[in-house]
Amino acid sequence: MLWVLLGLCLLFTVLTWSEQHPSGPAAADALAADILRQCGKAPRVLVAVREQPDDAAFAARVATRLAAAGATVVEVVKGEPRDARGALERAAAGGGLECVAVNSASAEWLVFADLARDYPALATTKLLQPKSYFWPNFLKRENLLNIANQISVIAILAIGMTMVIITGGIDLSVGSLIALASVTAAVLVRDLAGGVEAGPTGMLLAGLGGIAVAAAAGAFSGLMIVCFGIPPFIATLAMMLVAGGTASLLARGESVYQLPDSFMWLGRGADFLGLPNAVVLMLLLYFVAHVVMTRMTLGRHLLALGGNREAARLSGVPVSAVVLLAYVLSGALAGLGGVVMASQLKSGSPNYGQMYELYTIAAVVVGGTSLAGGEGSMLGTLVGALIIAVIQNGMNLVGIESYTQRVVLGAVILAAVLLDRLRHRNWGG
Amino acid sequence: MLTGKDDTGARRQHAAPLLEMRGIQKSFPGVRALRGVDLTLGAGEVLALVVENGAGKSTLMKILGGAQRPEAGRIFISGNELAIRGPQDARRAGVAVIYQEFNLVPALGAADNIFLGQELVRGAGRLGWIDRARQRQQVDQLLARLSLSIDPLVPCRELSVAQQQGVEIAKALVAGARILVMDEPTAALTAPEVEALHAVIRDLSRAGVGIIYVSHRLEEIAQICHRVMVLRDGGNVGEAPTAEVGRADLIRMMVGRELTEEFPRRHVRPGAPRLVVEGLCRGKAVQKVSLEVRAGEVLALTGLVGSGRTETLRLIFGADRRWAGRITLDGKTLALASPRGAIAAGIGLLPEDRKTQGLVLGLSVRKNFGLPNLPRLSRGGFVRQGEERRACTEYISTLQIRTPSSETAVRTLSGGNQQKVVLAKWLARGCEVLLFDEPTRGVDVGAKVEIYQLINSLAAEGKAILMVSSDLPEVLGMADRILVMHDGRITGEIPDAAHATQEMIMELAFA
Repeated sequence: MLWVLLGLCLLFTVLTWSEQHPSGPAAADALAADILRQCGKAPRVLVAVREQPDDAAFAARVATRLAAAGATVVEVVKGEPRDARGALERAAAGGGLECVAVNSASAEWLVFADLARDYPALATTKLLQPKSYFWPNFLKRENLLNIANQISVIAILAIGMTMVIITGGIDLSVGSLIALASVTAAVLVRDLAGGVEAGPTGMLLAGLGGIAVAAAAGAFSGLMIVCFGIPPFIATLAMMLVAGGTASLLARGESVYQLPDSFMWLGRGADFLGLPNAVVLMLLLYFVAHVVMTRMTLGRHLLALGGNREAARLSGVPVSAVVLLAYVLSGALAGLGGVVMASQLKSGSPNYGQMYELYTIAAVVVGGTSLAGGEGSMLGTLVGALIIAVIQNGMNLVGIESYTQRVVLGAVILAAVLLDRLRHRNWGG
Repeated sequence: MLTGKDDTGARRQHAAPLLEMRGIQKSFPGVRALRGVDLTLGAGEVLALVVENGAGKSTLMKILGGAQRPEAGRIFISGNELAIRGPQDARRAGVAVIYQEFNLVPALGAADNIFLGQELVRGAGRLGWIDRARQRQQVDQLLARLSLSIDPLVPCRELSVAQQQGVEIAKALVAGARILVMDEPTAALTAPEVEALHAVIRDLSRAGVGIIYVSHRLEEIAQICHRVMVLRDGGNVGEAPTAEVGRADLIRMMVGRELTEEFPRRHVRPGAPRLVVEGLCRGKAVQKVSLEVRAGEVLALTGLVGSGRTETLRLIFGADRRWAGRITLDGKTLALASPRGAIAAGIGLLPEDRKTQGLVLGLSVRKNFGLPNLPRLSRGGFVRQGEERRACTEYISTLQIRTPSSETAVRTLSGGNQQKVVLAKWLARGCEVLLFDEPTRGVDVGAKVEIYQLINSLAAEGKAILMVSSDLPEVLGMADRILVMHDGRITGEIPDAAHATQEMIMELAFA
């Protein structure tokens, strides 16, 4: 499956190969240096950009740099082409211009199309913009982080789902548990921790509260499955309805948004090497889950009982306890996913997490875990989740609209699993 | 697929028996279930088939029913050679097999079950409108003929075993069966129900239906069957009219292979009782079973398939819940409510079917080996994999398990080597009591001897060993003492196995 992921990355790298117009502070510095090199020691410069925060910051930085180096910035235009025309006329009437500094957007303005003809006085004026280069949009740093951030909730859910599916079960309730946990956490912050004034301890306890409620729901499903032999599909389907309904009741059908800005720390902050906190959390959880599955007795028990429940039982594996634990963990991780989502969107809502159970199951299955149980790995699941994220992100970048995206996603999931099946054909007989 | 055979076929037509099977062979990995079986059945004849082992019996029935195809051999029906490729062919040729596990749809009534797949339709043929009135009429006639008073609309899961069996017979008759194979048909019936079934069989016999009656119950065979045929080790050992065979003759036929040198002798004087079981009960399967196994002793528990031997072992191990009974180990009473508890107490079970109960086939040798040993091989929840690998490699070499490495999936090993992996699990656990259920089934001869040597050396260490086996030479060669079961009860003990004979065991097994 790793090859599928790499292949998709390569595909979208090629498809999104395009001209990049840098616009950050580094680009502004480079442009200022460029102007000073081409237009002599103390040039007279007009800076013209659109009236937008990013553009304005770019213009200001260019102007400051030039001024510091001894150039004369006659005017900084932030606005429309006609503002630039006025500035050009004033400059033509005045002392002339060596250079007009623009960015990729304002460079397209018709006023600048033929300066020599329109303003004979500015016949030698140069139009300069930051140098562009070619690079795939897909591989831009912010895009890659965006992919990781968008999939983090599903990927966290998929850890618990992998455990459950390895036991030969399924957990359909995780999507609803996201909603339940997000609403629970938000309501706790609003009603008990002081709403928008809430402090870190209050928010932490509220988040743990949301996770605990989801874990309890998982425990309930697990008990139904273990003690009464209810098929996992049915037990968790029922829990999906119960949890979804409870979330709506708790939130009275609305979003709960009375949260402090600092509540967004988990979902939108980026405190470690510029990585979003949700992504760091996800990676940490995958590390732990991988260790549990490959090094710990719990992982061994899960794989053994999923492979052959009777043989595992006759070998002394506490089958019921392990299966129960898998559902509790799945619930708790769904709760954590709900808290992350509430943090990303700065509110709790009963509408969160719809269809997430299906995307989560897809990630697990695409990652090579067998729905029959007894086979699967956490790293496989992570790759599966990334495959889904890359497909969605790549199609967005290429400009495929969302209805088509669903069709393609469905086909790709089927193809990925089919590929795996064909590879293992000699096994099933 | 009826195909008239030219010369032989033509000759056969004169006095062709209803069914003739010749040289039927079939083998599975590790087992030769049938090695050239011949069988003939005349119209209206009731043939008792007494089979010594389970594999041969079920294979023969499945071949007749079309569920399996023989590797060699020919089947003739009324002199015409028949190629049975699937269940439909068997049905078309008039063969019906009634297995011990019935093939009824539990939620459907008798009428729908009887006509399942052979519905009477009306109108323009194939549209599938079921002619319920006509079906109902036929069902009523059939039920009357079989003396069954049931409502044909009541779901079959609500019927008694005898009634379900009646529905199966009715289904066979609707399909036009001329040959009816019944597997242990009276195993779950009460005495009056057996009488009723026998009446039906006599009636069918008079109507010309040939019946193969697979059973171990000698009295019934004498009552109902015309002829008896014995299969052992996958081959014919004898047949005769029922009137001419006595109980002693049958037992002689069932007893086979002589003792050979494959059983290494050991010299152990059994010590004090270690495992003591008193009054073990679970339903009809195990009734008031008491036994004790001494240190250094190999106690064999034998009897025919289905006599409750395996069930007894499972109860001791806590795999099934016992309804009554007390188990003590070295004087301490054990609760033993789960295999986990039994393992903690020092009891190990080598189950009857290693593939479905003994091993997780997809996992490696090492991980299977480690499963019951994780408490010792882990610290703080972490498996000490180096330690585990080392211990596993050690057992691979001492038990001479032929595997490329400890990381190979057990699925790929041969039967004998898989069995040794199961053994290694329990040896590493240091179990004091070992329960072996058919320890050499499906194991090649070389590995068998190695397993016997292992059992002997375990006994020499003072462990208590309880072994279930259907293989009489194995029982005689390995055991110090023999207990025989029949219908859930212990029917006899042979205290001195060295002077026992296969006939003595069979006598007790038939009770």
